[in-house]
Amino acid sequence: MEYTNVMLITSAAIFAIGIAGVLIRRNALILFMSIELMLNAINLAFASFSYALNSLDGQVFVFFVMTVAAAEAAVGLGIIIAIFKNRKTIDLSDLRLLQG
Amino acid sequence: MNWFVYGFAALSIASALMVVTRKNPIISALYLSLTLFCLAALFILLEAYFIAAVQVLVYAGAVMVLFIFVIMLLNLDPEKMIVEYFHPPQILAVISTLLLFGFLTFIFMTNKITGDKGFDLPAHIDQGGGHLKVMSLKLFTTFLLAFEVTSLLLLVAIVGAVVLAKRKV
Repeated sequence: MEYTNVMLITSAAIFAIGIAGVLIRRNALILFMSIELMLNAINLAFASFSYALNSLDGQVFVFFVMTVAAAEAAVGLGIIIAIFKNRKTIDLSDLRLLQG
Repeated sequence: MNWFVYGFAALSIASALMVVTRKNPIISALYLSLTLFCLAALFILLEAYFIAAVQVLVYAGAVMVLFIFVIMLLNLDPEKMIVEYFHPPQILAVISTLLLFGFLTFIFMTNKITGDKGFDLPAHIDQGGGHLKVMSLKLFTTFLLAFEVTSLLLLVAIVGAVVLAKRKV
């Protein structure tokens, strides 16, 4: 198998695992970790396309994705702490206020 | 070289699986950091050296410390975190993600990467003064607008985190 194909299939596998984590787990922290997994899978895909096409543009995009992920982690964990302060739980199946 | 690729790819997939299947969030966080380190190794194998360094610094350093800090702060009871795998929605979720993975793998196996090749060959990068110099030239010329917008995004994130932490929401 080709070098970049292995990387792309790895990235597809990690992305699928991240989606499965978001769909299966009801713990908000694990859900956040799954989102980080998906972002990292996309980064790997960007880097392997950049390697295959001899262009550094993909790596610049990885840099931007990492910035967005870091900002998202900071704000998201702040939101989780705020929810825990008010509701004493971070189990997503207990947080149904907006659902009615 | 080839065995490094297969080894790190397999290790990253296995530890990613452990992230979503473990009951205790601390163990998940430790497996997540293992996944991130494996991905950094894959970045090095893809000749993305700067990205690998940033991956270790930002993800395995800053983001993981933030995660573990929050987990320890919330002090959740692991006994209450039951994972239900065999209910119909969960089974559907697993089947659909397996389908997604199969579809993506099919696409990657049957298609070749086409498109215009860039000019950042290893020889050109050496001539231009090294990997970091070439990449930062791109970052501050071609992608300057995106870079400035990123600074705005970070400002918004800082303000949001301060507002969330300051008073009762």
